[in-house]
Amino acid sequence: MRKRKSILETSVLYTLIAIVLGFVIGAIFLVVAGISPAAAYGKLIDGVFGKPKFMVWTLVYASPLIFTGMSVAFSLRTGVFNIGAEGQFVVGSLAACAIGILVDLPAVIHVPLCLAAAAAAGFIWSYLVGLLKVKRGIHEVLSYIMFNWIAFYLSNYAVNTAVLHKEGNGEATKDVLDSARLLFPQGILKALNCTGANWGFILAVAAAVLMWVIIEKTTLGYRLKAVGYNKEAATFGGINADQSILTALGISGALAGIGGAVQILGMAGRISQFAGQEGYGFEGITVALIGGSSPLGCIFSGIFYGAMKYGGAKLTMVGAPEEVIDIIMGCVIIFIAISSVFKGLLMKVVKKK
Amino acid sequence: MGRVSHMDESTVVISMQEIVKKFGDFTANDHINLCVHKGEVHAILGENGAGKSTLMNVLCGLYKPTSGQIFLNGKEISFSSPKHAIDMGIGMVHQHFMLIQPFTVTDNIILGVEPVKGMVVDKKTARDKVLELSERYNMKIDPDAKIEDISVGMQQRVEILKVLYRGADVLILDEPTASLTPQEIEGLMEIIENLTADGKSILLITHKLKEITASSDNCTIIRQGKYIDTVKVSEVNENDLAAMMVGRDVNFKVDKKEQKAGETVLEVKNIHAKDYRGVEILNGLNLSVRRGEIVGLAGVDGNGQTELVEILTGLRKAESGEVTVLGKNLFNATPKQTFENGISSIPADRQKHGLVLEFSNEDNMILQHFEEEPYSHKGILNRKAIREHATELMEKFDVRPRGTEGAPSGNLSGGNQQKVIIAREVTNDKELLIAVNPTRGLDVGAIEFVHKYLVEQRNKNRAVLLVSFELDEIMSLSDRIEVIFDGQITGSVPGKDADEKELGYLMAGGKKA
Repeated sequence: MRKRKSILETSVLYTLIAIVLGFVIGAIFLVVAGISPAAAYGKLIDGVFGKPKFMVWTLVYASPLIFTGMSVAFSLRTGVFNIGAEGQFVVGSLAACAIGILVDLPAVIHVPLCLAAAAAAGFIWSYLVGLLKVKRGIHEVLSYIMFNWIAFYLSNYAVNTAVLHKEGNGEATKDVLDSARLLFPQGILKALNCTGANWGFILAVAAAVLMWVIIEKTTLGYRLKAVGYNKEAATFGGINADQSILTALGISGALAGIGGAVQILGMAGRISQFAGQEGYGFEGITVALIGGSSPLGCIFSGIFYGAMKYGGAKLTMVGAPEEVIDIIMGCVIIFIAISSVFKGLLMKVVKKK
Repeated sequence: MGRVSHMDESTVVISMQEIVKKFGDFTANDHINLCVHKGEVHAILGENGAGKSTLMNVLCGLYKPTSGQIFLNGKEISFSSPKHAIDMGIGMVHQHFMLIQPFTVTDNIILGVEPVKGMVVDKKTARDKVLELSERYNMKIDPDAKIEDISVGMQQRVEILKVLYRGADVLILDEPTASLTPQEIEGLMEIIENLTADGKSILLITHKLKEITASSDNCTIIRQGKYIDTVKVSEVNENDLAAMMVGRDVNFKVDKKEQKAGETVLEVKNIHAKDYRGVEILNGLNLSVRRGEIVGLAGVDGNGQTELVEILTGLRKAESGEVTVLGKNLFNATPKQTFENGISSIPADRQKHGLVLEFSNEDNMILQHFEEEPYSHKGILNRKAIREHATELMEKFDVRPRGTEGAPSGNLSGGNQQKVIIAREVTNDKELLIAVNPTRGLDVGAIEFVHKYLVEQRNKNRAVLLVSFELDEIMSLSDRIEVIFDGQITGSVPGKDADEKELGYLMAGGKKA
């Protein structure tokens, strides 16, 4: 009895329930659209687990999402809401792409340099929003959304500058140099039978461990959390709250920036002109919420979202629209948001027994 | 006190018999009896966490008792919900008001039981009824004022009217004076008198002994969930009540040996400051505190004491003036600078400034020290040292329950939260300790404990500045009392043999003869 109750109190259970319900709602839409949910979901599962290389691709898709998810999670843990991971992701991509094209260095230096540039770009992009908040009292959500658009147009402008634009027609930059790519060595790529396999996922796991250490084990984490939970008490205790907010936003932005680099150096290899916002940053909000704002949770939810994106792209093969994935993910978020309702219901059932 | 009892001993309104309430393995109420007569003011006395609130929640239908019976006007009854209880005439006025700020007084009172005319709320009838009630019990109130515009005392009246509007004959008042000024408390006492004169019964939950002796007919004492006794208030004194509540004799008189004050620690000169509206709130204030003395700052709330403390602890900037601690300039310093230069403080608002409620108790204990050895080394927290520090302080300062070093401070009762803050600030062992309302909301046992530590600081030759709205506290602890009025010190009297009347006169703006 007691054990059962303690299981009922964990948030993981309700996250799983939310995911199941999300799929149920998705099934309803599929039925309405005249598509067999069994066929669609079967394709989805097969598309992710059918072959080993599918699973590797899933991790490739997941890596940037884990980064943006952790970016949002880090901000939530420190009392602010980074809705600007999208913009930081974009400037991170841009910085990594530019260094990857314009500088020629051996891979051991080139890759870290690109990653560092992306982290710095994301850091600064977010830090500026922090400055507006701290110095001028402008709410971060407002400036973040504007900064997302500034990043968007900045990227489109940069793509079309002579130094970066690829030769000939097409709306994209040149490819980054091979020395800047995050891909696994050729031998491993062949063994995995996956041309896109890269170090991104391993970097993401390392970043998650680092983030966990910072939040739980360091004075920096203590300070950021104190300000996040109760700014007044932290100030009273002698912590410089403004400085802490800036640091938290900066770190959060750096994580999203690295996510952008992982996407460019690992997968895309170049930046194309955007027609609309790509959504990695916004998907990061979903990842953070499903992952309960914990670094470990973000790895799992990032993989989940990556699987949905990768497998979902194959739904068209059975005639189902890819957008059903968005419906499912949207519903999952709603069900997580109202998980206390399920909790109450389940607790009542258990009590009656 | 000249109070008239309206108790009708022949009519028992409520009788609770052998009430037991268990939460899992924990017994919050262990066979408690309670008997309330018509027109009676019946106090429920107990320490923080003794089980008073649980008992009242059983009575007002929020909890179902594990066993035991409740009789209402002689008939056994089992309440299914708070709504059922209020329908039967039992209403509770909670300590934390449940009012909708932008709504008017009338809107709040009728919420959920609005009189209707066809499809619309009949505001006129509602307003008339509210006015009629407020006149009947002499509770002056503007039915059209918005809650956000009226004082805490007025808001409490609205809560009381809300319960009366629903036809309550028994009113449960949970710690009703906790957030009231002395004047408002007096007003509340009059309201209680008017209510009982009309045949209503009042259950008063409190741990302020003075209020019980001033207002109640009978008092039921609960200790650690157990029924101790029900006594006639006229036959006991405050010491008896305190002893029954705590289970041992309580020392009200603070033991304080004579001691000469030493060198000046805090020197405040000619401070001017404005509040958030730009109105001058400190008006050339001068104050000094010396080693080995407790200086009490007495005054009615809103005369600048909050702002003064905020300036001293770095939370607010002053316009002009001087602040020095042991000769070091701390005018408009940051909180960290004030702390590092010898000021430690127990803040007025423990949940806003004192604690990060989401943090564990052990983390709160190191709020100013987390960057120091042994709690951290090169940026990495030393969890073991932090835990040991917390265990030691929780033992020494009797923070209950034990073994909660890793649990969030928000889970502790108010009194124990205060103990965590006091443990932290007192052990900082700084030259100057500023304590603002350090015993607010604490029971007598805990108050005695806090007072002991303040005096101990003084005896260790530290300077102590005590800011309190409780005049009794100021008078019993202070070596010197400074009276603040309208942003200035308007009088200074020795703490020994201070006269309450004289202080009251100075606090109201009178000049010393």
